[in-house]
Amino acid sequence: MNIVVCVKQVPDTWSEKRLDPEDSTLDREATDPVMNEMDEYAVEEALRLQETHGGEVTILCMGPDSATQTVRKALSMGGDRAVHVVDDALHGSDAVATSLVLARAIETIDAVDLVLLGSESSDARMSVVPAMLAERLGRAQLTFAKEVTVDGPTVTIKRLTDDGYQVVEGTTPAVVSVVEKINEPRYPSFKGIMSAKKKPVQTYAVADLGIDPGEVGLSGAWTSVESFELAPPRESGRVVTDDGNGADRLAEKLVEFLASKKFV
Amino acid sequence: MAEVLILVEHADGEVKKVTGELLTLAARVGEPSAVFVGDGFDTARATLAAHGAVKVYVADDPELSAYLVAPVAELLSALVTEVSPAAVLLASSAAGKEIAARLAVKSGSGVLTDATDLSADSGTVTAEQQVFGGSTVVRSAVTRGTPVVTVRPNSVAAVQATGAAERVEVSVELTATATAARITDRVVEDRAERPELSEAAIVVSGGRGVGSGENFTVIEALADALGAAVGASRAATDAGWYPHQHQVGQTGKTVSPQLYVAAGISGAIQHRAGMQTSKTIVAINKDPDAPIFELVDFGVVGDLHQVVPALTEKVRARKGGP
Ligand SMILES: Cc1cc2nc3c(=O)[nH]c(=O)nc-3n(C[C@H](O)[C@H](O)[C@H](O)COP(=O)(O)OP(=O)(O)OC[C@H]3O[C@@H](n4cnc5c(N)ncnc54)[C@H](O)[C@@H]3O)c2cc1C
Ligand SMILES: Nc1ncnc2c1ncn2[C@@H]1O[C@H](COP(=O)(O)O)[C@@H](O)[C@H]1O
Repeated sequence: MNIVVCVKQVPDTWSEKRLDPEDSTLDREATDPVMNEMDEYAVEEALRLQETHGGEVTILCMGPDSATQTVRKALSMGGDRAVHVVDDALHGSDAVATSLVLARAIETIDAVDLVLLGSESSDARMSVVPAMLAERLGRAQLTFAKEVTVDGPTVTIKRLTDDGYQVVEGTTPAVVSVVEKINEPRYPSFKGIMSAKKKPVQTYAVADLGIDPGEVGLSGAWTSVESFELAPPRESGRVVTDDGNGADRLAEKLVEFLASKKFV
Repeated sequence: MAEVLILVEHADGEVKKVTGELLTLAARVGEPSAVFVGDGFDTARATLAAHGAVKVYVADDPELSAYLVAPVAELLSALVTEVSPAAVLLASSAAGKEIAARLAVKSGSGVLTDATDLSADSGTVTAEQQVFGGSTVVRSAVTRGTPVVTVRPNSVAAVQATGAAERVEVSVELTATATAARITDRVVEDRAERPELSEAAIVVSGGRGVGSGENFTVIEALADALGAAVGASRAATDAGWYPHQHQVGQTGKTVSPQLYVAAGISGAIQHRAGMQTSKTIVAINKDPDAPIFELVDFGVVGDLHQVVPALTEKVRARKGGP
């Protein structure tokens, strides 16, 4: 079974993120880049499925030169090869354009049975790319999976919902996105890190994928940021500590605060 | 005036609060029309009318709900072609975002997710979004196609308006792509009869500090005294102390209540991602250095097992309840 895993490079979750005042895109210089955490779960799930079903795992990433780091990390966890779409024209792409690039890149890979993604990127936080990809590829959308099983051509997932889960079924090739409940991602081993350096990475520019560079990036985006500003910082609140009178006194102060805000 | 389509969120006709919020925002842009998929229109009608829905497009073919999200995207796409709406608004739920995603690709339109406000200025729809954990406020517009916007629940107050809520029957011929992912079972795990997390005005959440599933009764008691929904951190849901559906955070729900109470929660970035835009934040934690205290309006350094029950008593006493 051949699997493609889409991984995105994002600013480190703890780093302070800001927009570039010049063009209102994410200022990637200002932050430490890492692999989107949720995508580690997708890589892990791909490797586990490969262990039972065989086949190849291809890592797919659209991102700047520096995203090589994320591609290598995924390969050091265990992917076989990678496709990296890197092109200055991609700067500022919106989700619709991203899904177009990923779809075209997937079409260059032979006999794909499963496309795995994280269910959300920690910077954009849209949770739309997997659904867009399923739409573009015309494949079954099996998203927000906390469990995936593959039996011949049948792919079944448990999809997290507001009040429980749904069992959703489709046939390969399918597009699957995973949530962090699904597994525990492995750490790359030393051997994995060494062998990742030798694994093939195919790079494409957008024109190589038959996409007009005008369709992607800031100029091709179907949405635009008109303006942005920093939200006023939260005023630092009051913190009370036990003054010897114990919990009752603390609770009294808290209830007074709640009363002052008319919650009680 | 052009129509604005909003997708009704409901359970067998019980309309979710966010639907009223969507109709309120729609009225700012054009003439609000609701799209109702599934059974229960008769139950829903009064609520939709009371929020100003002029028309309600009703699609009750069970086929539409038998497959994951794609059929509803096809229905909306057909309606977009037919009525050329000024915008399509959906709730920022997982399904809402995914329907929006597919509709955007199908109809050649830009999509904006998690809007917290919406305005229309000489035909241009502008959405406000709070990004990077609420630290930056962005105003964005859709520059191509029909603006498709998902709105975060609880962001605006629903206003009452009068609409005819005239029923218009609609149907769509589903393609093979729309029927590729069949829903074969729906399992409800949730146990509580409390307000729904993403819609509640007050949320009381417990984390690893609560210590066990049984101890969550302490959190529930405070929630009931305040009329609140119960939330949990991932540490608590992973441990099986509380159902996953109550998880607040990056992979759980994003909540934006008037009051958020965090008990025994450290305030990891992934948790903050789901509650940072709450209007008032209160935390109870025994560790004075817990990062959650960076966010609070009022913080208590203390043992939640003592502070929370004492607080519950005092809330009850003030409210004059039992
Ligand atoms: C991809 C990914 C997605 C994630 N998504 C989410 C998410 O959606 N939501 C989420 O919450 N987390 C999420 N996490 C996990 C997150 O990183 C944290 O691990 C989690 O939020 C910690 O939960 P906690 O604060 O309850 O536990 P801890 O960090 O262990 O904190 C427990 C706190 O309780 C306090 N405490 C202990 N005993 C008491 C007592 N008796 N009285 C008062 N205070 C006490 C301690 O001082 C401590 O501060 C995600 C992680 C990843 C990698
Ligand atoms: N530039 C990208 N390159 C590869 N995968 C991506 C990219 N952007 C998004 N994805 C995938 O889509 C998922 C959801 O992203 P989003 O819709 O932006 O929240 C991520 O977890 C990734 O798996």
